Amino acid sequence: MRKYSVFAVAREAMRGHRGWEAQWTSPEPRKEYDVIIIGAGGHGLGTAYYLAKEHGITNIAVLEKGWLGGGNTGRNTTIIRSNYLYDESAGIYDHALKLWDGLSQDLNYNVMYSARGVMMLSHNIHDQQVFKRHIHANRLNGIDNEWLTPEQAKEFCPPLDISRTARYPINGAALQRRGGTARHDAVAWGYARAAADRGVHIIQNCEVTGIRRNPDGSVAGVDTNRGQINARKVGVVAAGHTSVLMEMAGVRMPLVSYPLQALVSEPIKPIFPCVVMSNTVHAYISQSDKGELVIGAGTDQYSSYSQTGGLQIITHTLDAICELFPIFRRMKMMRSWGGIVDVTPDRSPILAKTPVQGLYVNCGWGTGGFKATPGSANVFAHTIANDAPHKINAPFTLERFRSGRLIDEAAAAAVAH
Amino acid sequence: MLLIYCPYCEEERSELEFRQAGDAHIARPTNMTEMTDEEFEAFFFLRDNVKGLTFERWRHLNGCGRFFNAARDTVSDKFLTTYKAGLPKPDLSTLRPATEAIVETYEATESDAK
Repeated sequence: MRKYSVFAVAREAMRGHRGWEAQWTSPEPRKEYDVIIIGAGGHGLGTAYYLAKEHGITNIAVLEKGWLGGGNTGRNTTIIRSNYLYDESAGIYDHALKLWDGLSQDLNYNVMYSARGVMMLSHNIHDQQVFKRHIHANRLNGIDNEWLTPEQAKEFCPPLDISRTARYPINGAALQRRGGTARHDAVAWGYARAAADRGVHIIQNCEVTGIRRNPDGSVAGVDTNRGQINARKVGVVAAGHTSVLMEMAGVRMPLVSYPLQALVSEPIKPIFPCVVMSNTVHAYISQSDKGELVIGAGTDQYSSYSQTGGLQIITHTLDAICELFPIFRRMKMMRSWGGIVDVTPDRSPILAKTPVQGLYVNCGWGTGGFKATPGSANVFAHTIANDAPHKINAPFTLERFRSGRLIDEAAAAAVAH
Repeated sequence: MLLIYCPYCEEERSELEFRQAGDAHIARPTNMTEMTDEEFEAFFFLRDNVKGLTFERWRHLNGCGRFFNAARDTVSDKFLTTYKAGLPKPDLSTLRPATEAIVETYEATESDAK
């Protein structure tokens, strides 16, 4: 792989940009791999990358039924933060946040991580109490999170309306300065390029149709629309389709898949310096480097695999945005889309071994998986390589729904999931 | 937005009036204190999360307020039928499939239009 650098840009500029090579190859699948990862999104590609980089396993195939990064990796609102309440969540999300810082250098690929700050608006006394509880809990875990007065919030985000006559008055905000955004596609592409450079096979348009088992019950490989591929270890990293894949191995999951929609406005000049979320009014907004306002909110109410959702959900989201930021009232929305998110009963992910020997699952990220991409991939690679979880993901088992040892971010969330 | 036929009101109304209420035909155990952890997990937490035909409960919250059941396809989001709570799963063989052959490629939809 030829490294990207300012010198490479200058060299190619002199040569009419004819020397750039493909970022990853598309090889024919081998008959057998050491590890198969199902799903070429950020989490799956990252898992392959860390398996190769940190655990010396390079004979890996990442199978993708569609195109690389075409699922939730390419459909989210790119928000990164780690200010979760519980110790377990703080551990895994902050592990990710530390990896975000330096990921571009690690991958030699600009993922455009921008620690521009994530600010959560407090509209009433209950918000204030919940946020302050989060702030104290976060500080005990060494995670930055601070309380702002309305004036300080306005200073940090000038478009904010803090007047008492606003439709949804603001009595303060919680700010995580290390939070921010990254370029979602670049995360998938960067991991893909760096993994392919270490010998990982990325195979697109390859749909898994069955999970093969040995007579002793352990994993033997997968059936795909491009034939049978053998492997002793298979990692399922398939977001909304996890239940479908795990059913092939006879494992019933504590997951329900919902559509989650997002939308972007027409591009405008830089106006919005940070990420703002409002739990009570329920919307979140940031501005991409292209200038589009990136807007999202909650899921639709019914389970679905349709990658679309109801119009009333996004109009409700825009109602909230227009009330919070009246200056955006006359903006045109350019595109909207949906992804399918897999939601667990406690709104915390599952990164774990399964009852099937050799089968591992990384799922249940619900509406907030993008922020965790590097951390999730890193500890999931550890889990697959050692057939045992890393201490960071050890609490995120499948068995917690049997033992009752839940990580109940659903009840504690700083935002609705 | 979905249009949903309430079997009690006998009328098709907007999704705004309804709340989805999870899977249908899950019998609440009467011996909860005697159940094993595995049985409770299967009842309370594990879901089929079907891609395709699913049976689910809806409530006509801003209408008659009653719960009823529906057969819906989770790929097309189309309702095959709705029926009153307490009735067994209906025979769907006489109904038209909700998932039709999907034509998605540009060539397939546009090539004859030249």
